[in-house]
Amino acid sequence: MRSLSEIDTIVKRASKGVGYSWGIAEEVGKNIKLLETYGLSGLKNLNDYFNSLKSKKFQHLTHISTENQSKIPYCPIIAGTSFLDQIDELKDLVNIKIENMSYPILFLPFLSRASEIVGKKISLKIDEKIFLLNFNQNIYSNYFANEILKHADLIQISFIKNSNTFDQNEWDNLYKLSTNTFVEETDELKKSAAGAGLTDND
Amino acid sequence: MKINLRDPKKIMKLSKLGCFHQSKLSFLRSFLKEFKTWKYNRDLFDLDENGFGRAVYSFSKNKRIYSLICFANKIDDKERSDRVIATKWDAAFTLHDGIPSKNDLDRLSENVPKQEVGRMSYKELTLSRANKSVRIFDHVVDSLSNGRQPDKSKISEVGYLYRTTAVYGSGKFGLADRFRIKNRNEIFGPFRLEMMLVYLVRQFTFDQVNHIAKYKNPKKAIKLDNDICRNLGIGNSTGLGMAPFIVNHPTLLNNWIAARENVLKKIREIKVVEKKSEDIFKNCLKKSLKNISSWTTDSEFQKKKILSLNEDLIKFTKFLDENSLFQNQYPFNEIYLWSEKNLKDECIEYIVSMMMEPFDEIVEPYVYKMSSEEDKFFTIPASRTIHDLRRILEEKYSDILKIDFSKKESNQNFWFISKNKEEPRLADRFHDNGSELEQPLAIARDINELYSRISNVKNSLKVGKFLLENNDLRHVVRRAFIIEKFPYAEIQDNTIGSELVAIDMLRLKLSFFGAVKFDPRSDKWLRISMFQGAPLPEDLNSFNDHWVYNSLN
Repeated sequence: MRSLSEIDTIVKRASKGVGYSWGIAEEVGKNIKLLETYGLSGLKNLNDYFNSLKSKKFQHLTHISTENQSKIPYCPIIAGTSFLDQIDELKDLVNIKIENMSYPILFLPFLSRASEIVGKKISLKIDEKIFLLNFNQNIYSNYFANEILKHADLIQISFIKNSNTFDQNEWDNLYKLSTNTFVEETDELKKSAAGAGLTDND
Repeated sequence: MKINLRDPKKIMKLSKLGCFHQSKLSFLRSFLKEFKTWKYNRDLFDLDENGFGRAVYSFSKNKRIYSLICFANKIDDKERSDRVIATKWDAAFTLHDGIPSKNDLDRLSENVPKQEVGRMSYKELTLSRANKSVRIFDHVVDSLSNGRQPDKSKISEVGYLYRTTAVYGSGKFGLADRFRIKNRNEIFGPFRLEMMLVYLVRQFTFDQVNHIAKYKNPKKAIKLDNDICRNLGIGNSTGLGMAPFIVNHPTLLNNWIAARENVLKKIREIKVVEKKSEDIFKNCLKKSLKNISSWTTDSEFQKKKILSLNEDLIKFTKFLDENSLFQNQYPFNEIYLWSEKNLKDECIEYIVSMMMEPFDEIVEPYVYKMSSEEDKFFTIPASRTIHDLRRILEEKYSDILKIDFSKKESNQNFWFISKNKEEPRLADRFHDNGSELEQPLAIARDINELYSRISNVKNSLKVGKFLLENNDLRHVVRRAFIIEKFPYAEIQDNTIGSELVAIDMLRLKLSFFGAVKFDPRSDKWLRISMFQGAPLPEDLNSFNDHWVYNSLN
């Protein structure tokens, strides 16, 4: 079994080896390590993508907007790096669509890290595959295949507002149950509690 | 009195870092302190009459067990090489997490002796190999088998029976990634398991010479005297592989240096020094003069440094004798200020290390601050502005920005990874091939380029936007934002200039390991000794904490 440290190092060097800058190569090394930690086939996809660079051309998506389209498939690494670099502006957009991206699994870790930066969960749809990226802590998905995902027709990204997953009734009910652990204070104890004897105007 | 931390722009110069010495913060010393209450055991010792075979040593406490597995092999003299290109060694070792099963031992016997081309598993934590010192190994065996102790002067000249050429950890060759074990309290300090491996290997070398001597002459053979054992360490040949490490791990480097600097600051801030502390310091100083006389080298570069250290220590001793400093307030501050004014770096840093000896209560908390969660600081804060970036460069890299990279000599060298051994190397850009494949270790040059590139960029532009067109400098933009938070993260020097002394980078790292007797064999590699003078496993329960100063006398 290859260690994550080996994966990081080899991926970084390979990424430089196919022509990315050292700085981007460092990003890719960390990203593939992240994917492999989560059990997603990062290295397999990256290897296939790098092989395809010999015969195919890919579009560099540098300025990301709400709708992004290209006849030539987008490079997931440049698109991901741009996403990370522009996250400050992108976080206020409700939805972002990117059409025609190669090896979209390689785009995913950039979004996972972006989720941590902005402190918001990110929903990612790669065609019919759904991913919920939780602050770079974990990834929830209906996709677990250890396979190469060569292409996505449509990628949809949305930032999820920080909100509860439960309603007020559910909260109130649990709160009520929690009060079963409380003890009624006597008047005497109330008088000697912290701040006793002072007024708020002291 | 409030003392300022020393200026990173002075401390992080290579010539300064190349004068660092071991101290109480050093990893091999903190390892011994941490494991002194652990149970040591030799679990297996299955060597033949020539000392070839397997052995297992362990440290255990509660339910945690670490086992060193040793494989001693026969190799021809001509196959023995300290070069990193070697493929065979006298012995190979791995530190296993837990008790190895028979299957583990068999699996490891196939892989550990192969080192870089073998495969370890997540159950193995560190990996190493070592060669016998041909200068003394046979002499020690012959002496013991003839019923006498070896010649102490010969022993002292070398200082070890075996010399390692690499100690690997943290995921190399399939070894466990650090994340698997990082929450264990006993290893909450850098390189602690590497230190454990080396320490147990040292014991193996003693057991092996005793064993061979006994087989050679069962009636007459005696055991190597424990005092001689204590004065033997494990040698290490270290090449350029270590140098990129300190560039590639900026936050870790910061935490090492920051620990040293903070400890120094706190010691200088002590108003009244107790007599006991004064005595410890003076005692270490007294013994140092003798220690240094046993530090031998063929390197002219190092000879000059040792001579200067010796002269300065004599000067310092005289200064101490002539002044009753410890009757004054803040005596260590006075000592430091005098040293800075009157002594050279080699001795100043020696004294800084020695100042730590009496102050466990100051040093100890910093031992636990020397690791780093590097990934936390990896992502570039793209929402920051060019104004911020420019300010960081001007404040933190002001000396580096003065280097003129239009000059040939500023660009003389380049770092690359050798194809044959996948190890870092240094070459001459104007003489050797391959500079187009250089590693991103020319930080000073690239920072200069970054500064020049942002010279005409609007202050309000976001760094993320700047990167869209300047990703070739992404690696140094990342570093700039790291150094903003970690002032000691960056070497404040040109790592590719013609004046570069690469072994300064090695020495910095080795001093934090706790190595002594630096012996440069060229400008690109050196030999050192580790654990020389350290307590034996049987002494661990109660050993003198200042053993480094006591030992070499």
